[in-house]
Amino acid sequence: MSNILTIAKRELRGYFASPIAYVVIVVFLLLSGICTFKFGRLFSNGQADLYWFFFWHPFLYLLLCPALSMRMWSDERRMGTMELLLTMPITPWQAIIGKFLATWLIVGISLLLTFPIWITINYLGNADNGVIVASYIGSFLMAGLYVAVGAMTSAITRNQVVSFVVSLVILLLLVMCGWPTVTDLFVSWAPPPLLDAIAGCSIWTHFESIQKGVLDSRDILYFVSVMAFCLFTTSTIIRAHRAG
Amino acid sequence: MIQVRDLKKNFGPKTAVNGITFTVERGEVLGFLGPNGAGKSTTMRMITGFIPPSEGAISIGGHDIVENPLPAKRLIGYLPENAPSYSDMSVSGFLHFTAELRGLRGDAKKKAVHRAVEMCFLENVLHQSVETLSKGYRHRTCFAQSIIHDPEVLVLDEPTDGLDPNQKHEVRTLIRQMGEKKAIIFSTHILEEVEAVCSRAVIIDRGRIVANGTPRDLKMRSEQAGAVTIGLVDGNGEDVAAKVRQVAGVERVTVLGERPLRVRAFPKKNSGSDDIARALAELAKKEGWPLQELHVEEGRLDEVFRSITLPDTKKEESK
Repeated sequence: MSNILTIAKRELRGYFASPIAYVVIVVFLLLSGICTFKFGRLFSNGQADLYWFFFWHPFLYLLLCPALSMRMWSDERRMGTMELLLTMPITPWQAIIGKFLATWLIVGISLLLTFPIWITINYLGNADNGVIVASYIGSFLMAGLYVAVGAMTSAITRNQVVSFVVSLVILLLLVMCGWPTVTDLFVSWAPPPLLDAIAGCSIWTHFESIQKGVLDSRDILYFVSVMAFCLFTTSTIIRAHRAG
Repeated sequence: MIQVRDLKKNFGPKTAVNGITFTVERGEVLGFLGPNGAGKSTTMRMITGFIPPSEGAISIGGHDIVENPLPAKRLIGYLPENAPSYSDMSVSGFLHFTAELRGLRGDAKKKAVHRAVEMCFLENVLHQSVETLSKGYRHRTCFAQSIIHDPEVLVLDEPTDGLDPNQKHEVRTLIRQMGEKKAIIFSTHILEEVEAVCSRAVIIDRGRIVANGTPRDLKMRSEQAGAVTIGLVDGNGEDVAAKVRQVAGVERVTVLGERPLRVRAFPKKNSGSDDIARALAELAKKEGWPLQELHVEEGRLDEVFRSITLPDTKKEESK
C-alpha cells in the first residue's frame, strides 16, 4: 500500500512539474464551460439541471484523458526508468495501480473544480442535487475507464503519439457503439443478443443511465470491470515486454 | 551472495545468453568484460530481476529472484545501463523517492539520502532538476540511487561510462572501497578498470563465459606474459639479438625497435622468466651495454581479450 502511495505521489509531482496537468485542467474547465453555456444553452432552456454539462463529458474526456495517460508507461520505456522502477522491491501491480490512481486523480481534480457550475445552478433554480451527485460519480467512474484504457495503450509503445491515437480510437469506438446510428447498421442482420451485447459495451449507454440519476450496480460494474480488464492487460503487456 | 547457474536467455530465435554459471561472494568485485552484444547487460538485467531468464536459476543471498523476487531485490542496488532517472524531478526528490521505495522512512530516509549525496558528490546540484544536469551528474545521481539503501549486492552496468577521467577515478575508488564489504558485479569496456578495481574478472563472448579468473591470471594467458624485455640506449639490433638468443632458456627473440634498442626474449616452455632476466642483466654488464630498461612482461589484458573474443575467421585474417 505504501509503495502504491509513493509511486502515485511521484507521478502526481511529475504531472505538476510539467505543464501537462495545468493545461489539462484549464482546458477541461474552459471547454466544459463553453459546452454547457453555449451549446447547452443553460440559461435559456429554463431547466435547473446539469444535463448539458455532463452530456459533453464523454467527448471532453476523449481528448483530455489520452493526453494525460499517453506518457504513463511509454515515457518509462523510452527513458529506461522502467528498468529502475521494476528492479525496486515492489510488485509490478503496485506500480501500475499507483500510476493509474495518480492520473485518475488529476481528472478528479478537474471535475471537482467545476463546482462553480453546481453553485450557479443551485442559485438559479431548484436543482435535483441527487441527480447531480450521481452524475458526478458516474463521470468520475467514466474518467477512470478512459485513464485505464490510456494506461493500456501507453504500455504498448514507447511513442506517446501512438499511445494517444490508439487510446483515442478505442475510446471513440466504445462511445459510439451505443449510438442508434451505429447500432442501426447491425439491426438488419445481427441477432438481438449480439445487438444488446454491442450496445452494452458502450460507455454512452451506461453513462446515460447514470445521468438520469440512477446509480445502477450494473453500470458501476461495467466501469469497474473495464478498468480492471485494462489494468490487467497493462500488466500482461509489461510482463511480455520484459520477457522479450 | 550471488549465485548464477546455467543462465540462458532467448529473444525469439536469437540466443543472447547461453549457459552462464558463476558466483560472487561478499568482499569480491567481479568485472564483466565482453564485446558489445556479448550478453553482459542481458545477464545483469536477469540478475536484478528486470527480465526473467529462459532457463537456469539466480539466487541473491539465498533468495531466488524469480520465485521470491521481493526479498532478493531488497538486497540489490542496481545501476542500469545509461543511468536512467526521472528527468522531471530534482536530484533530492529523486533520491527521496527511491529511498521510499526501498522502504526507508523519516530519519532513516534523510540519513540515507544524505549519505548517498555525500558519497557521490551531489551537494551542489541537490535541488536542480535532473533534466538540467550534465551527463556526469546524471550518472552519479543514478549511482547514488543504487547505493542509497547500503545494499549487500551491487550490480553496476558500465558505471564509468560517460564520465571524465577524474570522475572515473572517483567512481573506481568508491567501488573498490565498497567491494570490501559487498558483493559487486560491474561491466565495463575499459580493461585498465578491471585491473584497477576487480578482484576477479569474467570475459563473456556470444553469451558464454570464455575466461574466468583474477586479472593477473588472465594476463598470464597473454602471449607476451613471461617474456623479458631489455632496452638499451644505443646498440646494434642484430648483434644484441644474437647474443640474447644464446642465453639459456630463451626460445626466440624479436627486436621491437631501434634507438632506443628494445629486444624481447620469449622463454621456452617450463623455463623461468626470472632466470632469463638475471642472465640478461649479467650479459649486459659483461658486454658493457648502456642498459635503459629490463623487465619481465606481465602480459596485457587487451591482448588476451582480443585473442579470446575475436571471431575465428578474423583471427585467421589477422595472422
